[in-house]
Amino acid sequence: MKQRILNFLEQIGQSAMVLLAQWGRGAIFVANLLPALPYSFYRLELLIKQVYFTGVLSLPIILTAGLFVGMVLSLQGYNVLVDFNSEEAVGTMTALSLLRELGPVVAALLFAGRAGSAMTAEIGLMKSTEQLSALEMMAVDPRKFVFAPRFSATLIVMPLLSLMFIAMGILGGYMVAVGWLGVDEGAFWSQMHASVDWREDAVNGIIKSVAFGVLIAVIALFQGEDAVPTSEGVSGATTRTVVQASLGILALDFVLTAVMF
Amino acid sequence: MSTLIEIRDLTFSRAGRKIFDGLNLDVPEGQITAIMGPSGTGKTTLLKLIAGQLTPDSGSITVKGQPVHRLSRRKLYQLRAEMGMLFQSGALLTDLNVFDNVAFPLREHTRLPEALIRPLVLMKLQAVGLRGARELKASELSGGMARRVALARAIAMDPSMIFYDEPFVGQDPITMGVLIELIKKLNDSLKLSSVLVSHDVAEVLSIADFACVIANGKVVAEGDAESLYQSDSAQVQQFLKGFPDGPVPYHYPANRFGDDLKERPA
Amino acid sequence: MTRKQLIEIWVGVFVLMGVIALAVVAFKVSNFQGLQERSSYQVHALFDNIGGLKERAPVKLSGVVVGRVNAIEVDPDTYQAKVTMSIFDDYDKLSIDTSASILTSGLLGDQYIGLNVGADDLYLQQGDRIELVQSAIVLEDLIGQFMTKFAESGD
Repeated sequence: MKQRILNFLEQIGQSAMVLLAQWGRGAIFVANLLPALPYSFYRLELLIKQVYFTGVLSLPIILTAGLFVGMVLSLQGYNVLVDFNSEEAVGTMTALSLLRELGPVVAALLFAGRAGSAMTAEIGLMKSTEQLSALEMMAVDPRKFVFAPRFSATLIVMPLLSLMFIAMGILGGYMVAVGWLGVDEGAFWSQMHASVDWREDAVNGIIKSVAFGVLIAVIALFQGEDAVPTSEGVSGATTRTVVQASLGILALDFVLTAVMF
Repeated sequence: MSTLIEIRDLTFSRAGRKIFDGLNLDVPEGQITAIMGPSGTGKTTLLKLIAGQLTPDSGSITVKGQPVHRLSRRKLYQLRAEMGMLFQSGALLTDLNVFDNVAFPLREHTRLPEALIRPLVLMKLQAVGLRGARELKASELSGGMARRVALARAIAMDPSMIFYDEPFVGQDPITMGVLIELIKKLNDSLKLSSVLVSHDVAEVLSIADFACVIANGKVVAEGDAESLYQSDSAQVQQFLKGFPDGPVPYHYPANRFGDDLKERPA
Repeated sequence: MTRKQLIEIWVGVFVLMGVIALAVVAFKVSNFQGLQERSSYQVHALFDNIGGLKERAPVKLSGVVVGRVNAIEVDPDTYQAKVTMSIFDDYDKLSIDTSASILTSGLLGDQYIGLNVGADDLYLQQGDRIELVQSAIVLEDLIGQFMTKFAESGD
């Protein structure tokens, strides 16, 4: 019995040490990456390519998801608000939920699944096919050539996608509330306009999405670089990116909400 | 004949296993040097140590008189500009086509106009016989072609030395012949020093001016092809002639076979 | 058109869409008013109770927003709540005997400050104090008063 408890404790200790070691490597990775970041703006063509791969290719999923989330919010909100005779507030409700929470969070979750995982897989593959080593041998710093453009692109793309998600969501909410449920159009917009605050609601939402962008970029790039260079290693790293980024987004969202609102 | 690479008392271990244990080696300049040894002896690791991608536990490596592991990052990159490396898989950048892959080091390190880069790249591609394949994507190439493109890329910056990491693994006899011919030709016409890591004994020894065999973390034999074949070391003989059993045992370490059979499953 | 150009065009479209989304959020959805605040002058008022009034709450005249609440603090001399508000310069003809009351939009909505213009010929200036005030109506107090009265009359 005593032996079992000891074994159990030992296992906990081992997992903790593995985790701690990974965090340590992650911190070193980030510290090494930071000085290379400005370089991504000297090489605009690399940055543009990454904005294309992470941003433009994520457009369909983000826009569609935004539209539906907005429609659902509006429908649900209407069903509750109509009991209080204040269905005009449905626009306000949709806009506030999207700006403060759903826009940044859902866009980031979708982005982590769509672009973050692809980034990890790509870098893991570059590692396993020795492309990263080859770059180093050609005296090209992979941090500048591979990692920095992807990091900066994520930082640029994430708030833009989040804003598009919000705009689409409000459009969806408008379509359902005004087009289908017959809420007065003027009241829908004017109530929203009167109660949504630019700095309090919109800017805080944008700050959130930038923070999520940093989180996703760090996790996706590090997992790619840290991947064991085999097919199982790369697929495991891809899964870890999605899991860690998603949980991280939700946890970070709680912290940010507590600080901001 | 001067020394290009000087390795002294090199010790390196990974995951608790000693890969090199006091290895000494001199690689001469302007010749083809072969580093041979059974699988798992760390031949590729040795190349990465020489190129400064890995750091040894102790010992020193000097390339062209410069201590590789004590150079600043900038100096190290300057030194690497004189090295070309051909990776086992080719390691071409998968999102570029053949032409752009060969042009890549030129575009990164020189400010040459495209009008100059084009003939330079075509020259290198002509040398490896793939000028006609310049529009192909890296993923559309066969293994042998990928290696030839990688070779063209490795010589794009006109390095003074080239490292080949297992260039013959998994190639059909024709490709192998082409690669051997290429390595020899490039070495002689470009006045290069070549270091060849391989376990394809016959092919390698047919072109190597100087060869060494690594086993148990040390160099167990060195010299030209003839003297290696004459070596009386059991390890060298087993490796060169391919005996299944010898100093490198056929059986993975285990307890006595009879005891194992008698044991009942738990 | 090469692939590179196609990518650049798409990225351009992408950024443009992002900017449009930002503009929609800023102007259509929220009350964005430029990076610098509209030029305004400050006046303050002392209330016994501000209820749920918050900073940046609107200041309204006849239902039109004419300013915003800047700061809320306790006056160290009177222990009353000192509310500082910025009134936009467009509305600089508010008489000195203007009164301020803390009102609620709807039954349970947010609280704001409502102004009622008086008849004096002098106008409010930067740093002036609004003398006539009406504190927030606190729902609990109201119910409490009602209950006491109800109990008294029941005796």
